[in-house]
Amino acid sequence: MATAQKDPVLVVLQLTGGNDYLNTVIPYNNPLYQDNRKAVGIPEGQILAFDNEYGFPSYLAPLKKIWDENKLAIMHGVGYLDSPRSHFRSMDIWHTCEADKVGTEGWLGRVIREFDPKKENVVTAVSFGPCLFRALAVPGVPVACVAGSLERYGFLPNIQEPTQRQQVLERFSRMYQPIEGSGVMEYLGTTGLDSLKGADILKVAPARYKSDVKYPNTSIASKLRGIAQVHLAGLGSRIFYCDHGSFDSHAGQNPLHAKLWTDVSEGLDAFMTDLRQHDAAENVIVLMFSEFGRRVRDNGSGTDHGAAGATFVLGDRVKGGHYGEYPSLAAERLVQGDLNPSMDFRGIYSTILDKWLKIDPVAIVNGTYEQPAFLH
Amino acid sequence: MANHDNIALMAHLMRRAGFGASRDELEARAAKGYEATVEELLNPESQPPVDPYELLRYQPAALLPGGQPPMGNVNYMYYLVTTKRPLEEKMALFWHHVFATGNSKVDNYDQLLEQIEIFRNNGMGNYRDLLLKMARNPTMIFWLDNNQNHGSAVNENWGRELLELFSLGAGNYTETDVREASRAFTGWTFETKIPRLPYGRFPWKFEYRPEDHDDGVKEFLGHRGHLNGEDIIDIVVQQPACARFICRHLYNFFVADEPQVPAWSLEPPRDPEALDAMAKTLRESNYEIRPVLRMLFNSDFFKNARNKHLKSPAEVVVGTLRLVGGYDIPKPGYGELSMQPSYMGQDLLNPPSVEGWHTGSEWINSGSLMARINFVAEQLGNQSLPGVRAIIERLKAKGTLAPDQLVSECLDLLGPVEVRPETRTELTDQAKQWGQLSWDSNPNAQTAAKRATEMMQLIVATREYQFA
Repeated sequence: MATAQKDPVLVVLQLTGGNDYLNTVIPYNNPLYQDNRKAVGIPEGQILAFDNEYGFPSYLAPLKKIWDENKLAIMHGVGYLDSPRSHFRSMDIWHTCEADKVGTEGWLGRVIREFDPKKENVVTAVSFGPCLFRALAVPGVPVACVAGSLERYGFLPNIQEPTQRQQVLERFSRMYQPIEGSGVMEYLGTTGLDSLKGADILKVAPARYKSDVKYPNTSIASKLRGIAQVHLAGLGSRIFYCDHGSFDSHAGQNPLHAKLWTDVSEGLDAFMTDLRQHDAAENVIVLMFSEFGRRVRDNGSGTDHGAAGATFVLGDRVKGGHYGEYPSLAAERLVQGDLNPSMDFRGIYSTILDKWLKIDPVAIVNGTYEQPAFLH
Repeated sequence: MANHDNIALMAHLMRRAGFGASRDELEARAAKGYEATVEELLNPESQPPVDPYELLRYQPAALLPGGQPPMGNVNYMYYLVTTKRPLEEKMALFWHHVFATGNSKVDNYDQLLEQIEIFRNNGMGNYRDLLLKMARNPTMIFWLDNNQNHGSAVNENWGRELLELFSLGAGNYTETDVREASRAFTGWTFETKIPRLPYGRFPWKFEYRPEDHDDGVKEFLGHRGHLNGEDIIDIVVQQPACARFICRHLYNFFVADEPQVPAWSLEPPRDPEALDAMAKTLRESNYEIRPVLRMLFNSDFFKNARNKHLKSPAEVVVGTLRLVGGYDIPKPGYGELSMQPSYMGQDLLNPPSVEGWHTGSEWINSGSLMARINFVAEQLGNQSLPGVRAIIERLKAKGTLAPDQLVSECLDLLGPVEVRPETRTELTDQAKQWGQLSWDSNPNAQTAAKRATEMMQLIVATREYQFA
């Protein structure tokens, strides 16, 4: 298991709802920023500048720290052609890498299948969220889906008395034995047993975990703590997925955006500190994306759905810095009032697949895309 | 007194034509008779409709919920859980599966709920009229871009899906027919949308713009003339393929799982005779849906189709909430409850695409299986809920329960649920660990109730329970 722990690991943090790129990586010296953001613009005094062009709002301070350590890559103008501006369709495109039709396989589901074609480790991928994200979904590929706390993860969490629980889960396992050639019943059997096995393996993680790091009391921090627990338990998990949101700030944007990003950046800070203290950060990178950016001109109290956004990758093996170009804010360069994407998100996936997870990206992302070089 | 077979058959009917029923209700209905119950379901006017003002009193934000979950879901869930007209509501869900329209693009639950209301009010009426209502429904028009379908620039989105997904199915028309149908629907749009800020949302209204309509001659499925949209719909329903297509949808939803819709032009139906009989009824009644449903629910193929349908997440959640009771008024936590189907893979009012949800075994993956089992188990493990208490009271009335009796009674009261002998052995072995349950003292009764809820949790975790 010790070697497994050194295999490269990917953590995906999904910023659900459409994060406002302009107010996250702020082009604060661009007069067009001030012009377009009369209501929701961040005043200069509250900006943590990287240089004389860009900066974070002050509530991203923990992330700024990672930037200063040169371990945060910011990908600019990320998106794809003909952005549909629908949350769900956009998210689907990010999840399946299919921009023109409805895809049936998640990109990470394909990765899991590559890593573990015989399903020898049902916790190769662990997801922390209310349901199975489409990025992870490929029929027959097991994913452990932790919907609540890791401590209570498993079937029938209401039955907690230890002997009862053990007996009941053993019954469950026997009741789900695949019935050869029975179609749906067999499929249900395999799926049930995979999930049961996953829960059984994962339950050691909280017990093995010891840490001095205090995570904030937020939902994203507890998901990241769950990821740290599983990663540190050395169970051979390679893909982790979690989400936070909703970043859909049509109205009352500023306090909402501040709260969401405070939660995310403080959570990430605790997570990275935790991994480093356990000497387990070297083989982890975190990919942070949102399905789209938001409209350039604000609507009086928030911002509507837009196109290009920023994507982040951070970790000790990441080459910090700016990648790609911030799309122009000039009115004539906007598409329906939105930033025109200048980098395809599938290029970022390709770098991660090719240079980090060491698998051929072409079949996973359905094509060849230019790879930003954000890894050492 | 109704015998066990009658109860089992009634339970089957109520699971499919509604969202299940309590044992009290099943007994009352079985006493009235099967056919009488079918008639009552088909004629919902005898029961009061859901009162939206009751919802408004407790949850004002659910009335015009805008574009964000969960208030749109709360509204819909309230109808599903409290309706006294189960078939009316089930048919609304059926049409929502067929005319799958999603918040992903519409971004407006007000409009989606209005569309569901159309399904509720017309779902058992005439299919041709319903199709016309959909063609004029602003939500559908926006969803399939018919507002961008202009006399000078045809957009085929609605025209194509009308033929492929809503009426005929692939293989029963040509690309020319798609083009000509789309031309016929040019100018079918809605009044300009008013930006929602700062005024709030305005309801959308259908608008026909003659100046944007292509009035030229069109040729569609062998008919020629200055066809308009309504002509297209009249021609569509004359096609034999139309009745079969709609009936296959009904069969898949109410009788037994069929392959996914895109495969229908390739894979034969599961029961061609049943489909023929249904399609004949539909054509002979001039596309009235009610006679087909009457024929379907009274048929042997329906009565023999027990457990041949994998429950959809909506059926799992609504069926459970109606069984355990206590959710007849919106209360704190209703928002989270109303999102449960989405956690199991069915985001109501937001299907993944116009093709609707993939059903049958495609509902199941490692995340959704655990989500559905744990949700049902959590509800049935909660002894404070009236429906759970009612089940325990019934068990208590049986007196002391030997292990195999506990299993039989619980299986019976939760369905009746039919399980394989291997499953039954496991359940009985578990009950044997607990020994005989008695209710003769307070501590014994408490233990018995706890064991009973644990047995029920184990039963709802079985594979068999995932079917209806």
